Amino acid sequence: MAGTTSEYIQHHLQNLTYGQLPADSVRPDGTVLSEATWTIAQTSGEATQMGFWAIHVDSMAWAIGLGAIFLFLFRLVAKRATSGVPGGLQNFVEIMVGFVDNSVKETFHGKSDVIAPLALTIFCWVFLMNLMDLIPVDFIPHLFTLAGFPYMKIVPTTDINVALGMALSVFALILVYSIKIKGVGGFVGELTMHPFSSDNIALKVLLIPINLLLEGVSLLAKPVSLALRLFGNMYAGELIFILIALLPFWAQWALSVPWAIFHILIITLQAFIFMILTIVYLSMAHEDNH
Amino acid sequence: MNINLTILGQAIAFFIFVVFCMKLIWPPVIAAMQERQKKIADGLAASDRAARDLELAQDKAAQELREAKQQAAGLIEQANRRAAQIVEASKDDARKEGQKLIEQARAEIEQERNQTREALRAEVAVIAIAGAEKILEASVDASKHNEMLEKLAAEL
Repeated sequence: MAGTTSEYIQHHLQNLTYGQLPADSVRPDGTVLSEATWTIAQTSGEATQMGFWAIHVDSMAWAIGLGAIFLFLFRLVAKRATSGVPGGLQNFVEIMVGFVDNSVKETFHGKSDVIAPLALTIFCWVFLMNLMDLIPVDFIPHLFTLAGFPYMKIVPTTDINVALGMALSVFALILVYSIKIKGVGGFVGELTMHPFSSDNIALKVLLIPINLLLEGVSLLAKPVSLALRLFGNMYAGELIFILIALLPFWAQWALSVPWAIFHILIITLQAFIFMILTIVYLSMAHEDNH
Repeated sequence: MNINLTILGQAIAFFIFVVFCMKLIWPPVIAAMQERQKKIADGLAASDRAARDLELAQDKAAQELREAKQQAAGLIEQANRRAAQIVEASKDDARKEGQKLIEQARAEIEQERNQTREALRAEVAVIAIAGAEKILEASVDASKHNEMLEKLAAEL
């Protein structure tokens, strides 16, 4: 273990960031950049300096890789899908598809070709990304350190950007469907005429800002809560694994094994909650009952 | 923990994955599942139908068996009646035949008796004449005493 405890923890919580360093920045090796340069951040400070126009290479690579594994496996089955006796992999895929299909049918009563595949993608992808949390915290990062990468965070969902990116995509879908189903007028009406309404025109106009505030907050709370719930759970779980990893090697199993077993529940539950809430939000967007 | 372009990257990846799943994964898998569901439903319906058919066939077989038994019983009764009739008729025939035979025998006996009687009569007449001749020691004129002799013979 290199450095102090807090350095160790910080190192584990830093993403591998690729971005532009401004001119006159001092690199850790002492060189001074004469002009703005695209490079990989060697310290947390450099990663912060890069600002918004940087990308977490590790989060993206692991997320896309895991998503590709999911798509590859399911595509393999979909290509050879038979209505006869299913093989082992097809059985598994069908259980997942059937489970998602049931969840969607229970919650969402409209007709949409997007929601069920969307829910399946969310559940499987988030589950796989969460699953990386069960790999011992030092295995893969250490290998990458040996290979010369300054940082490597293998659980994409412990990166707020990943959780927020998915939540904002869902939010965009909520907006799209709300407007598609209810029309712009209907959607605006929903935001301004509820929950308080009156027959008196003057009072109605007076109530518009109050309604807009209430409905606006509840609308914006959807993606934020969706992202923070997933991120918070995974980040906290990861942090506890890191803390456990600070113990002497012969004592770690006493805490890490129970926590890992408990975490199996968390990662499944978080994937499930993300999926169910997406379905619920989209079915609310589809309901035109105001 | 910096907010940066990763959000956008993740959103783009998410979009591509969802479209891929929607176009290439969900439809074939769900179609296969629905087709299997339909197959199973059809199979169950077919087995129900087969069970019902079997029941009907069993009912029909039982009914036919019952009918066949009734028919057989009728045939046996008829045969018994016919047999009794035949036996009765044969008995009648036999009785008639016996009667006829008896009558024939009687007639023959009667005839033979008559013949014998005639023969005896003739002989008795001769013996009587011979006896009378012996007694009278004279010949009896047959022609003279014919009438008397015949009367005698008739009395025998």
